[in-house]
Amino acid sequence: MASKTINIKVKVWRQKDSNTKGNFETYELSDISTDSSFLEMMDVMNENLVEEGKDPVAFDHDCREGICGMCSLFINGHAHGPDTLITTCQLHMRKFTDGQTITIEPWRVGSFPVIKDLMVDRTAYEQIMQSGGFVSINTGGVPDANAIPIPKEDSDEAMDAASCIGCGACVATCKNSSAMLFVAAKVSQLALLPQGKIEGAKRAKNMIAKMDELGFGNCSNTGACEMECPKGISLAHIARLNREFLVANVKG
Amino acid sequence: MTKLNSKIPEGLIKDKWANYKAHQNLVNPANKRKLDVIIVGTGLAGGAAAASLAELGFKVKNFCYQDSPRRAHSIAAQGGINAAKNYPNDGDTVYRLFYDTIKGGDYRAREANVYRLAEVSNDIIDQATAQGVPFAREYGGLLDNRSFGGALVSRTFYARGQTGQQLLLGAYSALSRQIGLGNVEMYNRTELMDIVIVDGRARGIVTRNLITGKIESHFAHAVVLGTGGYVNTYFLSTNAMGSNGSASWKAYKKGAFFANPSFVQIHPTAIPQHGDFQSKLTLMSESLRNDGRIWVPAKIEDAKAIREGKLHPNDITDENRDFYLERRYPAFGNLVPRDVAARAAKERTDAGFGIESNPTGEGVYLDFKYAIERLGKDVIEARYGNLFQMYEKITDENPYENPMKIFPALHYAMGGTWVDYELQTTIPGLFSIGEANFSDHGANRLGASALMQGLADGYFVLPYTIQNYLAYEINNPRLDPKEHKEFQDAENDVKSHIDKLMNIKGNTTVDTIHKKLGKVMWNKVGMARSEKGLKEAITEIQQIKKDFWSDVKIPGEVNTLNVELEKANRVADFIEIGELMARDALDRNESCGGHFRLEHITEDGEALRRDDKYMYVSAWEYKGENTEPELHKEELKYEAIEVKTRNYKTA
Ligand SMILES: Cc1cc2nc3c(=O)[nH]c(=O)nc-3n(C[C@H](O)[C@H](O)[C@H](O)COP(=O)(O)OP(=O)(O)OC[C@H]3O[C@@H](n4cnc5c(N)ncnc54)[C@H](O)[C@@H]3O)c2cc1C
Ligand code: SF4
Ligand code: FES
Repeated sequence: MASKTINIKVKVWRQKDSNTKGNFETYELSDISTDSSFLEMMDVMNENLVEEGKDPVAFDHDCREGICGMCSLFINGHAHGPDTLITTCQLHMRKFTDGQTITIEPWRVGSFPVIKDLMVDRTAYEQIMQSGGFVSINTGGVPDANAIPIPKEDSDEAMDAASCIGCGACVATCKNSSAMLFVAAKVSQLALLPQGKIEGAKRAKNMIAKMDELGFGNCSNTGACEMECPKGISLAHIARLNREFLVANVKG
Repeated sequence: MTKLNSKIPEGLIKDKWANYKAHQNLVNPANKRKLDVIIVGTGLAGGAAAASLAELGFKVKNFCYQDSPRRAHSIAAQGGINAAKNYPNDGDTVYRLFYDTIKGGDYRAREANVYRLAEVSNDIIDQATAQGVPFAREYGGLLDNRSFGGALVSRTFYARGQTGQQLLLGAYSALSRQIGLGNVEMYNRTELMDIVIVDGRARGIVTRNLITGKIESHFAHAVVLGTGGYVNTYFLSTNAMGSNGSASWKAYKKGAFFANPSFVQIHPTAIPQHGDFQSKLTLMSESLRNDGRIWVPAKIEDAKAIREGKLHPNDITDENRDFYLERRYPAFGNLVPRDVAARAAKERTDAGFGIESNPTGEGVYLDFKYAIERLGKDVIEARYGNLFQMYEKITDENPYENPMKIFPALHYAMGGTWVDYELQTTIPGLFSIGEANFSDHGANRLGASALMQGLADGYFVLPYTIQNYLAYEINNPRLDPKEHKEFQDAENDVKSHIDKLMNIKGNTTVDTIHKKLGKVMWNKVGMARSEKGLKEAITEIQQIKKDFWSDVKIPGEVNTLNVELEKANRVADFIEIGELMARDALDRNESCGGHFRLEHITEDGEALRRDDKYMYVSAWEYKGENTEPELHKEELKYEAIEVKTRNYKTA
């Protein structure tokens, strides 16, 4: 794993705020260690800009270990970049070659307006969660955790669904800008568990209604979302969501 | 004379919390609607508290700097959460969890708080399960447990390597429900800038909207800080990039005492640093020590050959491997507490046995070869698959085939705002919960106990204790910040602080100064401390402070999104926190837990406590910009536990 350095060009989307039109700017970077993460490369770019007295590029990030869901970015046409099953913050520069031009864009989704440069507003996700992404219980007065045994397979599958980090890559990748994979992950997780099953149909109905209201598109089962999801959330969860939704409609 | 009153309830340790609850004041339902509570932070502590208080009927305003409450740094916790359920029937009890936590903290935590923590631990597991948190299960459908450092029983509940994520998403779902119901007003991308005190009581906060730069005031009958820890003082740590100590520091400057600032935890198993552009360190969960064996080459020439790339670790035979934890601590082996494991790694690398091929020459091995031979690759993959994947993405090496390389990294702040039994600071009406307070972990925190504490504070402690305060507030009407001088003054102070920063217009970037601070902290206020080093550190940090205030460069404008300004605002506080940490470490002329003074070690290199002189919590009071802070001491009394020397060599 010999570390080496590369020289690259980065073509970055710059946009002052949500009301201003944006454009690409290109910056040259030299001696980037291939052991650096992608965001460390962007730190170097920003340090250079600050040194020059220029405005650094705004992008979202926090945990830098692929779990908080804060980082985003379309890198060379792929949500979270060319590697699979990772977020942008886990992408490393060894995936790029000397002399390469790297294009960096924000999520481009009507429901996630750009705030500045590469930062977008994902408040719509919050609203979907508030419409039903929970079990309606209060703190205290709940049964012992082992009172209801749950088949390990169900619990494992619920855990698969619960791994969603709310990053928005699925929406950004979908040609319809649908939030189905995100919604399905939550509905499916809770539908698989007895604790969540009780409100399953109502939850599916409310979350889908909210998603539609917020202007996300319909799901046409293309499957692009699954391909780009950093947590490998499976399309099978969308099927389960559809079942819950059907039940909700039958019940009225 | 000390001004500290820890308000520990009367009675036997096992009765204190019940007694407290039986006699405390509560607020009646009709009055709850009239009372506002501000909670800063949406991590396990803040998120759980905001949801629980809103469910009870209080009007809650909740703040975080990320774009969603779900992204608080609790999300990153991997390994697990402790509880005294004793599901495995291996002898666990509330007392044993309490005992292990006090012992793990090297007898520097407050007994009554820790006992309460152990007591409510079981409720947390019930609560999370009811929320739909998919904890790991056995084939029979019941919950699975694993063991963690510093314990002889398996009491750690987990959800793959993503326990913090799942627990936080549980709290977040409860919080989302309350936001949807209109009981919580949520402010994302909003940073606390100051705390407003009216007539000696916390009455609100001043915030900055991180998108628009707008400075705003918010009133409440009580203010709660759940803002996490301050170990980003060291620049490199396992914390998120935005984790900061500023909220606690603003509270300190307004009169809240800061306790045990020098007690920080260095975690033994992080991925070693790769170079100067490194922005953070990635933790490899302590749970890995259940199945991984830690070693370095036994022969110094082998270590050298490895560093030079001439020898592969798989070519070193078992006889030539030094499993130094198993050698030094036969009873606990690879499962010794974190401070012990971290120091042992440093001891080996300082002695020349480090294995990393980069300029640091640091690093030790964490090897899964033996566990894979014993249990099969499938089992190891099921247990740690996502951690192994994370490791491979970062290092480009396959940990199923090669031993992992690990090294200690800054991880957790045991110190924090001083609070009494009610989690109230020395400012009436200001509370502090989760990692932001100092209360439960003494001089060293055991693994899987921060999640426990954050959720205990947020779900089951604060929602009670805060009512004992709020019961006296029912006749106090809401204040309009626009009509009160205290709020206006605080806003003006914040604005002039920001202007001062922006007007420096120097030549050095914020990160450059932060990294410089980090180096001083790591070298002199890190894993091994001495009087000389600490005195030097104080002088050097004071110089860094001067450099910062005369030469920091912040481009951009005030009334807009300005990331460099956000960072500068936090680094200004980190510098001052760093100085107080060094001061505290200097005062504490003993070794205990994570605080290791080179002047006080036993013959075989272990920490030497001085209980006769230092069995106290140090609580520092701010005395003004150019005056030294005043130290107050809260004497620690152990009534339910016999104080012993920590021993992980024999059981
Ligand atoms: C990588 C990692 C792994 C860990 N693994 C484990 C584990 O396995 N088991 C365990 O028990 N513990 C673990 N811990 C420790 C544990 O995760 C933390 O101590 C705990 O989650 C802290 O929770 P908290 O609610 O106190 O703070 P946090 O989760 O850090 O939340 C802080 C909140 O405060 C807000 N905030 C901070 N500053 C401001 C400000 N100035 N203005 C406005 N808002 C602000 C943030 O937005 C955030 O919402 C781990 C820690 C790390 C870093
Ligand atoms: S489903 Fe996948 S891509 Fe979509 S928000 Fe969740 S983690 Fe991101
Ligand atoms: S920064 Fe947290 S997932 Fe990328």
